[in-house]
Amino acid sequence: MNMLSKIALTAAVAIAGSSSAFAGCGVSSGSVRIIANDFPASQAVSAEAMKCDGSGASVSVNLNKDYKDLIVAAMTANPAEYTTSHATNSTLVTLMNDDLVRPLNDYVAKYGQGIAKSQLITVDGNVMAIAFMANAQHLFYRQDILDAAGVGVPASYDDVLAAAKAIKDKGLMDYPIAGTYKAGWNLGEEFVNMYLGHGGSFFKPGSAEPAINNAKGVATLNMMKALSEYMNPDFLTHDSNAVQASWEAGNVAMTNLWGSRAGAVTDGEGSTADIEKNTKFASAPTAAGGSVPASTLWWDGFAIAKNISDADAEATFKVVMASISSDMAKANVDKANWLMPGVPARATGVGVIATANGAAAPYPMLPYMGALHGAAGGELADFLQGKESAEQALADIEAAYRAAAKEKGFL
Amino acid sequence: MPHRTFMSFIWPSALAMLLFIALPIVSVAVQSLFVAHEQVFVEVENCGPFGCTTVQKIDSQATAALRAAQPLGQFNGLGTYLNRNHLASAEISEAWQTRTDLAGFMSKILNLPFYKALSFTLTYTFVVTPFVIILGFFVALAVNRLPSFIKGPTIFISLLPMIVTPLIGSLILFWMIDADGLIGGTLQLIFDDPDLSLKASPALTWVTLIVYGVWHSAPFSFIVFYAGLQTVPKDTLESAMIDGANRWEQVRYVVIPHLLPLVVFISLMQLMDNFRVFEPIVGFNAEASATSLSWIIYNDLRGSDGNILFGSAAATSLLTIIGVCILLTPVLIRTWRAHGARA
Repeated sequence: MNMLSKIALTAAVAIAGSSSAFAGCGVSSGSVRIIANDFPASQAVSAEAMKCDGSGASVSVNLNKDYKDLIVAAMTANPAEYTTSHATNSTLVTLMNDDLVRPLNDYVAKYGQGIAKSQLITVDGNVMAIAFMANAQHLFYRQDILDAAGVGVPASYDDVLAAAKAIKDKGLMDYPIAGTYKAGWNLGEEFVNMYLGHGGSFFKPGSAEPAINNAKGVATLNMMKALSEYMNPDFLTHDSNAVQASWEAGNVAMTNLWGSRAGAVTDGEGSTADIEKNTKFASAPTAAGGSVPASTLWWDGFAIAKNISDADAEATFKVVMASISSDMAKANVDKANWLMPGVPARATGVGVIATANGAAAPYPMLPYMGALHGAAGGELADFLQGKESAEQALADIEAAYRAAAKEKGFL
Repeated sequence: MPHRTFMSFIWPSALAMLLFIALPIVSVAVQSLFVAHEQVFVEVENCGPFGCTTVQKIDSQATAALRAAQPLGQFNGLGTYLNRNHLASAEISEAWQTRTDLAGFMSKILNLPFYKALSFTLTYTFVVTPFVIILGFFVALAVNRLPSFIKGPTIFISLLPMIVTPLIGSLILFWMIDADGLIGGTLQLIFDDPDLSLKASPALTWVTLIVYGVWHSAPFSFIVFYAGLQTVPKDTLESAMIDGANRWEQVRYVVIPHLLPLVVFISLMQLMDNFRVFEPIVGFNAEASATSLSWIIYNDLRGSDGNILFGSAAATSLLTIIGVCILLTPVLIRTWRAHGARA
């Protein structure tokens, strides 16, 4: 770096720092350390948070797509490595299981004037997190391919299979469907979505005993298998990034992908104008003749660490408030279905809204859900590779879950 | 060397080994005997953007009290070792009692996570190790015959696979063997099969991982053999030549016996390294088709949504150590005997 650009950079940092003081974070001391998932909306939020850095307060951000594997260890430390963590339906439970986050009621009363009521995640009357966006996996489809195959927009998974067959028979695409079926968390999430779409429940009422080895479970697995037959043979290695890449390459006509990716596949980058123009969104399909979309609703937000000083917690809350302001959302409308009041709806958000309007279930906030999710993600690959029956796979999931749940003291 | 002098030389390393190797293993062993406290649940109402639901939540105060009373958790004895995710004693005895034929019994065993991982780990170890030794030996022989001005660059290039960090190397290859990648696309052309994918079937995934393992480790054995080749006595070789031995006979009767101790050394290192195979499984996203003992430990410690299983990971770690000991015993006994014969 030459001298000139160094000076320019220093000046830019100084200006950014000073302007933030005027921008009204209202934070003049304390240390704010943020860990968050890495996708376009969270990048926008953390960029806004970084504007509060300087003028007495220090703000640092770690964006990591594996954040949920890091937060428990990081927030168990005292003082915690991060003062605030990205939280969702499932990761907030993870943090609360080990009592790592603090109630925010006082801060909300003091500094939370701009928050909509729906943004407050309350557990037993205590505000435990502030949500900033809603997310769900929903249908992405290629209008041109469906038209060429002579099929309409699929509303159910049976329609998806019929459309895939038509596309393949006409020779339009070899693998018309894509899914985030990577063994592990992604595959577990697909199971959760599809099983809820079949109207299943995961546990015996009021207990941590698993209850998935039933007719609905078998139907769920058979549907996943049927879909996988129209996917690229590598499907067990595909996560959201890989599916987005094949979508942008034009290899796929239908996928049930995260709403937070809808902006990314229509942003004029990484794909052709023709593919982007024909990329459309709809509610997640229903399954087994049901009326509820086979998907789960998610919120994304922030929770604040317990093991930090009250001063840092207060500074963190203020920075979080500044970073998820309505103004930030208005400047980044396309990146997410923001929950902040006064933000116009985005064109690419129709899929999430349709899925929510279809009354898809929120992802269950149960202490032992993560263990079942993990067991499903680990044990389903054998079934999808044709090595065992659906009943055996479901029995394996329950057995793997039981062993883990016993070790965690859930059973 | 007098006993006293020996002790004064050795005690710093002995202390370091005790502190950094023995004590951690003891702590892991203790950890493996415990599981988390029974969780105390309370019913609470959760509200958010999608409405309110009544769910169970862990009573953090009650759990904290339990934890303060017994910080290690509940004593579980060998329970973790014997549960389904490890040695699975109950599942195996049930499979044995209900067996109809041996194949059915074996497939039930290989459906259990520990044995599934063990089968890949052992296959990988016993295929990669000999290939690494043989390949490394022949590369060393070939390089040794090169004119000296291209020797240096050739050695450097031959060492590259070992220099590349395993995780990075396997990630790069993961993209290259993709159906749209350089290697994957070429293979499809060669075999004239547009559906050929190295990532799709368990068998091809195993082959890919094993080929990667040989590619990655061969330079190690090459460089050791190459160093050994510089010490082969010239006069023995020359007298073999005078006796009319051809090139292969020179290698067979002079070079190989001379390098045999190195073969033992490389086998020891490779058996240990390959038994701990881990990075390629992560790099190749291969967990659907191949898992190893180290991968299980990693998976437990990473946890699914924060459910970190310390006891489980500790138990698998100890089982891995036992596995390494069993693997190395024959080689060590052999070395011990050879040592005894020489002394």
